[in-house]
Amino acid sequence: MILEKLQEKFGSEILETDGDVAVIIKKDRCRETLRFLKEDPDFLFEMLMDLCGVDYLPMGLKPRFEVVYHLYSLTHNHRLRIRVKVSEEDMSLSTVTDLWKTADWFEREAAEMFGFRFEGHPNPKKLLLFEGFEGHPLRKDYPIEQRQKIPVPEVKPT
Amino acid sequence: MATTDLFGGAVITTKVKEVIAWGRKYSLWPMAYATACCGIEFMGTVSSYFDISRFGAEFVRFTPRQADLLIVLGTINYKQAPILKRIYDQMCEPKWVISAGACASSGGFYNNYSVVQGIDELIPVDVYVPGCPPRPEAILNAVIKVQEKIDRQAKEKAA
Amino acid sequence: MKSDSSEKMVLNIGPSHPATHGALRFYVELDGETITKASTEIGYLHRAFEKHSEVSTWSQVIPYTDRLNYCSSMMNNVGYCMAVEKLLAITIPERAQYIRVIVSELSRIMDHLICVGTSAVDLGALSNFWYFFNVREKIYDFTEKICGARLTTSYTRIGGVMRDLSPDFSEGIRKVLKDLDRAIGDVTRLLERNKIFMDRTQGVGVISKEDAISWGFTGPCLRATGVPYDLRRAEPYYHYDEFDFEIPVGTAGDTYDRLILRIEEMRQSSKIVIQALDRLPEGPVMVDDPRISLPPKDKVYGSIEGLMNHFMLLTDGIKPPKGEIYSATEAANGELGFYIISDGGPRPYRIHVRGPCFPLASAYAQLIEGKMIADAVAVLGSLNIVVGELDR
Repeated sequence: MILEKLQEKFGSEILETDGDVAVIIKKDRCRETLRFLKEDPDFLFEMLMDLCGVDYLPMGLKPRFEVVYHLYSLTHNHRLRIRVKVSEEDMSLSTVTDLWKTADWFEREAAEMFGFRFEGHPNPKKLLLFEGFEGHPLRKDYPIEQRQKIPVPEVKPT
Repeated sequence: MATTDLFGGAVITTKVKEVIAWGRKYSLWPMAYATACCGIEFMGTVSSYFDISRFGAEFVRFTPRQADLLIVLGTINYKQAPILKRIYDQMCEPKWVISAGACASSGGFYNNYSVVQGIDELIPVDVYVPGCPPRPEAILNAVIKVQEKIDRQAKEKAA
Repeated sequence: MKSDSSEKMVLNIGPSHPATHGALRFYVELDGETITKASTEIGYLHRAFEKHSEVSTWSQVIPYTDRLNYCSSMMNNVGYCMAVEKLLAITIPERAQYIRVIVSELSRIMDHLICVGTSAVDLGALSNFWYFFNVREKIYDFTEKICGARLTTSYTRIGGVMRDLSPDFSEGIRKVLKDLDRAIGDVTRLLERNKIFMDRTQGVGVISKEDAISWGFTGPCLRATGVPYDLRRAEPYYHYDEFDFEIPVGTAGDTYDRLILRIEEMRQSSKIVIQALDRLPEGPVMVDDPRISLPPKDKVYGSIEGLMNHFMLLTDGIKPPKGEIYSATEAANGELGFYIISDGGPRPYRIHVRGPCFPLASAYAQLIEGKMIADAVAVLGSLNIVVGELDR
């Protein structure tokens, strides 16, 4: 039911659907799709529950990355997952901080962990990792035990 | 310490360093540097079931300038490490450090890009307490070991 | 004395501070005692849970989930195992479901005991902490009997729970709940109509309904603003729709409502525990499927099939089919969601934890702007930020 209405409005964007649960869309008009999902009276997804990134390198999928939005509607009590395909060459997406304020920190975390760039984000600084951390840890080609180069202060001779 | 026959055994003779050690060990002022789950077990140690104040360490001061025992409880990661070092430097001599829990002693089961594998990479530690989290009795045992260490250091210096 | 009121002071309320519960840091720009701008910095306990889950097997992730919200660790275990069981499309035995409800509600009580106790300490009321901690110690005695650990329990397994309840559990917990009632009575008499407590918490840290929804609040902080959203009613799991309990809902959305609501939730949780103990059916506590649960010890030592089954399960592990799922439970702070992607192998492909504290901490800077420093401390206590869940 959700998907029929979504398909008639944004049919060109939808790549795949998974029952009533998840929709995979292209990156170009994802912000308009999300705004439509938030404001249309049949959907009314007032809450953005979660925003995360996924790296599909070992599975060999192209495009390599995905940004996943989990939406929830308090009025209709239904959920939806939106998966947006993002390729490695162009990792920029538009931000949804003006639609849902909670997207602020979620986007910062996804950006530092995978390398996404959210256009229009009010404060694109690192959130969980220390300043000067190099690399994007949650990518599949970053080994878990790789240590960073820790700056050591110079010892002045007394 | 040795009792004498003066005044019917009411006088004890000892060395100054041992008296000072006796005073220090029975009035340790801990600073609990609690970051993670072990902090909740420390809250259990100071609560009325496993009272830490019966060992003299009653006043838990959250300021390093007034403390002489630093108890590090919880995982320390690279973002937190400079702060731990700064807190340790702010404490006045003599000072002792207890590293409570597996994460503080050796990184625990977190061997990754973000966790320091043991705080002895940063500051000298006197007592290590294993456990994830250690029971309050284990933390009290560590306090007792610090007290024994203070005694031993005093006897070595006095001798 | 020259008064230079054009300069503002920037104060760093740093990661090692008695009022920040855990390792949080916030910078406030002060004009006298009033905060004009604030910003929060987190990441001081980032332990790479999501990266570790990609290199551990499905069962090895369970101890890592304990340490997410370490005040109520059994709820995290239940949330994770529920998500994996949905991926595997199995239902666990009835007794295991009721046991999971009982331990979840006990964990919720434990979390609220810490939250209200430490928030009261921040405001200067020290005795409530001792009253509540003694009850927590009594519940610890029982968690020790069922799983061996006080705090970081790892009690549930994929397919059920690790071990059945101890024989004196039912009576013992009923006694503990009576002690809990007495402690709640003591604390309510000390706090609820206390002029100092009311002055310090009423009207402080107010957030409107629309703002709370936009910031992604869930749990007691959202219910304090007047939105009756509770996952146990909206999407019931494990027979929650058969229990008789109320969802307390606040009106003003301020610190007072958030704290008093948690005390009321403790009363409701203890009602649920007693109903669940009354209805506890007999039966097994692990699902009987050789691909998932370990065989009994006499088969392991007695027959070659049992030995091989045990060996394969421990080295290779459980292998859920390819797919993805988002499963959420009502944790003590709000909606704890696990987004799990499986590629059919013995290790999870990706696990993302939607911790309920994350949106709460991100809204904190807005909540304290324009207020005084003392209010900032009161608001932080009422939000119940547990840094293990925030930083993962």
